[in-house]
Amino acid sequence: MGLIGSNWLVVPIVLPLATATLAMLVGRRSAPYLGLLTASGILLSVAAIGLTVLEEGTIRYQLGGWEAPLGINLYADGLAVFMLLMTAIVGAAVSAYAVGYFTSRQDESGRVAGDSGDRSGSFWVLWMFLWASLNGLFLSADAFNLYVTLEIMGLSAAGLVTLERRQSALSSGMRYLFVTLLGSLAYLMGVALLYGALGALDLATLGELMYPGAATWSALALITLGMALKTGLFPLHFWMPAAYSNAISPASALLAGLVGKASFYLLLRLWFDVFDGGLGPGPGQVLGLLGAAAIVWGAVMAVRQRRLKRLLAYSSVSQIGYLFVLFSLATTASWGFDAWSGGVYHAFSHACAKAAMFMSAGAIVRSVGHDDLDRMQGVGQQMPLAVAGFALGGVTLMGLPPTGGFTAKWLLVSASLESGQWWIAVVLLAGGVLAALYVLRFLNPALIQVKVGPVARPATQNLEVTAFVLAFGSFFLALLSAPLLALLRIGTPFASVLLVGTP
Amino acid sequence: MSFAELLPLLVILSSALASFVIFFLRDDRSRLRTSIYLGGEIVKLGLVLVMLQGIYVGAQYELRVPLLPDIDFLLQANELAMLFLILSAGLWLLTTLYSIGYLRHAPNRARFFGFFGLSVSATAGIALSGNLFTFFIFYELLTLVTYPLVVHRETPAAMRIGRQYLVYTLGGGVVLLAGIVSLQLVAGSLEFVAGGTLTGDEASPAILIAIFALLIGGLGVKNAFVPLHSWLPAAMIAPTPVSALLHGVAVVKAGAFGIVRVIHEIYGIELAAELGVTLPVAILASFTIIYGSIKAISQDELKKRLAYSTVSQVSFIALGVSLVGYLDTVGGVAHLVHQGIMKVTLFFCAGVIAETIGVKYVSKMGGVGRRMPWTMGAFALGSLGMIGVPPMAGFVSKWYLGVGAIEAGQPWVIAVLVTSTVLNTVYFLPVLYVSFFGKPTGEWQEERPHTRFEADWLLLFPTLAVAGLVFLIGLFAGWELSPLGWAELIASRQWEGQFGN
Repeated sequence: MGLIGSNWLVVPIVLPLATATLAMLVGRRSAPYLGLLTASGILLSVAAIGLTVLEEGTIRYQLGGWEAPLGINLYADGLAVFMLLMTAIVGAAVSAYAVGYFTSRQDESGRVAGDSGDRSGSFWVLWMFLWASLNGLFLSADAFNLYVTLEIMGLSAAGLVTLERRQSALSSGMRYLFVTLLGSLAYLMGVALLYGALGALDLATLGELMYPGAATWSALALITLGMALKTGLFPLHFWMPAAYSNAISPASALLAGLVGKASFYLLLRLWFDVFDGGLGPGPGQVLGLLGAAAIVWGAVMAVRQRRLKRLLAYSSVSQIGYLFVLFSLATTASWGFDAWSGGVYHAFSHACAKAAMFMSAGAIVRSVGHDDLDRMQGVGQQMPLAVAGFALGGVTLMGLPPTGGFTAKWLLVSASLESGQWWIAVVLLAGGVLAALYVLRFLNPALIQVKVGPVARPATQNLEVTAFVLAFGSFFLALLSAPLLALLRIGTPFASVLLVGTP
Repeated sequence: MSFAELLPLLVILSSALASFVIFFLRDDRSRLRTSIYLGGEIVKLGLVLVMLQGIYVGAQYELRVPLLPDIDFLLQANELAMLFLILSAGLWLLTTLYSIGYLRHAPNRARFFGFFGLSVSATAGIALSGNLFTFFIFYELLTLVTYPLVVHRETPAAMRIGRQYLVYTLGGGVVLLAGIVSLQLVAGSLEFVAGGTLTGDEASPAILIAIFALLIGGLGVKNAFVPLHSWLPAAMIAPTPVSALLHGVAVVKAGAFGIVRVIHEIYGIELAAELGVTLPVAILASFTIIYGSIKAISQDELKKRLAYSTVSQVSFIALGVSLVGYLDTVGGVAHLVHQGIMKVTLFFCAGVIAETIGVKYVSKMGGVGRRMPWTMGAFALGSLGMIGVPPMAGFVSKWYLGVGAIEAGQPWVIAVLVTSTVLNTVYFLPVLYVSFFGKPTGEWQEERPHTRFEADWLLLFPTLAVAGLVFLIGLFAGWELSPLGWAELIASRQWEGQFGN
């Protein structure tokens, strides 16, 4: 281990935890600055971890020097760093956005809210807890720590949803809380079954001891069900549209961009590191089938929405489908790594793009005072940057070059054709055109010019710029394919495939 | 990074960078904007000429960056690339001058010129792509950056048509992508090689045929093969310089250029003929030629008539390169340039007339020839070229196509050429007749203040320049640096790569 050492691994977890505690003490005025400082600290530490992993391979860190099974282990491979990086980028952007968001004293329905300062304080505390739990989840090396981080993540995310003090937000927040607790509970039961059957919690050990049996099959079913529920895989997405569309926009961006990816990551981690690719081809096929159905169903529903944020929420239902398609493609065959890395790449690019789109939508909703798609005429004239950010994010969803969505789609389509499941390729490709349709559902009215004089509207310049910058950055993600895929190769469960594959 | 690697990138980026700067300029800074824009153009044209000179003496320009496992981002300059590149860079300059005049007092000029420049960058990328993967990247980028141009007027009708435009072109892109991924899996390498990169042993003929169908089907949308053409006449809602760009240089040409690349540099004409896929393409192209001409006759709106004429004329390129004959290939490739220049001329004229005296319909064109003799003179040159009257550019293309068809043993093509010539005459001559000999149907709607010339000089001069080109490239077709001469060079490379003589 080099100069930097494995100690860096704790920084992305401890730093936001400390900030969360501090933010409660210092109050609403300094909390934003503290948050921005933390965001830059996390970015730096993740960069350091990433460079170390790229140079020296996977890192394992024993907290306090205690080895498994007694101590808490952190583990960083290419995948974990990839997710940390995604969270750091989106997190930093949302943090910058939130600073601008809470300084204005209006909420999204246009009412002047007297308590925006309080909400700002709660936002930073919850968001820092959320960030710590996300980073912890990506770095956890054992099944129980994963549960702990999952629980913290769910609670803080539900808190973020209810920051919007409207009845609808409260009720959808409650529903979200219920769903997330149910998901964690299923996960916990699965882990208990695994512990009973195999007597271990460390992921690597579990993977070595794994055998197909009644207990492990049930564990797989429970964990998969729980995570599919939390990620919002069709048909378990029922809670998503309400939760995403009723939350305040920074929270929507975090939920759609990051929280859904974390539960997906958890499933991915267990599925391939512990359950050896789902204990057989059957379960993966089921998930792939549901994923394909999600792509179509989500997109069709998105086209039919009348409200901007609900449109984005259904678009997430569709995009999550792309993630789950990989389960039916990623096998030990030669295309396994393509499928696996394609799905993960999709998670990254979707996180950036969807967060940027929710941020744009938030700016638009604040400015025009509603999110009714049929009354968006003239928005393009008034807020060109927000609309441009939305459009750039939309291109990622369509999967066109040079966005990361293109890399993901190329890899997934390539894997599905190679595996002979051409019908998946058809769905993946058609999904891109459907995405164009729902993106246009907003752009079409928004770009229509209307004759209006200068109208007084809330200042949203900061919000627009942050959203645009994130969208613009994510627009070129395909250009980083080579280094990012190299990162993903480190410690991948498909290492054997890669050895065969490289001449 | 050496200059030879950097040059292709610079050619693409020179216009893109100018565009990025322009996006951030306020709309009323028109002098600064024009300076930056023209500066970027002159730099680009200079770089292209440097590259052309280099290619002529046998230099290699190549940039290769690994992007995905076993797939490179590859920019490469060769004769075919240069042909398309010069067409786009050259016409871009004239179209820009024209647009400055056209949009003198219109809103959103910063956005317009920004995306206009990006379109030309994407076109340069399409020209310089060294493999199908890179081609696809720029092909889709072109779709994206032309969308804001198509919907530039931002009326509900424009938005509806923009949506149609995107659905058609993205749908085509999806099919093309399916073909490219399949071919990548089957063949491994998708680089453009003169004479074809496939050997035919990669997969069973059935699979190669299916992939060919996907590729041509995808490209056929932008190439506006019937029945995938209906976005093109609809897209006439865009401002006229955009129509000129779409029809003459960028979008439609990207499809045609892709077809040339796929048939000659991916499959190779010999393998394609062996698989029996060239004849269907030729038949499809012929059908499109006839159908487009027939539809053009019944259009009263001048721009619509020109649009259907494009549907018809662009397919000459696909027809030429899909007939298994050397001279056909020359004719088809040369028509890539000829059609571009002729069609830009015609659109420029239509725009000048509509902007100056408000006439948009053929039936209202009585007397226009006397009011605007220079413009209608240019229109006459362009339309006579389209009909194929010697020594205009269109005649050269048709001559080579016809002679080549006989050489290739496909005499039925002569019938297609004759029919199309008759139909071209039927829809172009009345325009000329009415405008020169007809009586004005009413008062002109003079939309702009009178100037010394019959129209705004920024509109008129570029129009006359391209009209002159229509005449000159036909007259000097024998010169080795004329489009025809260059096309012969390209075709001979393909044939050497194929048959080794």
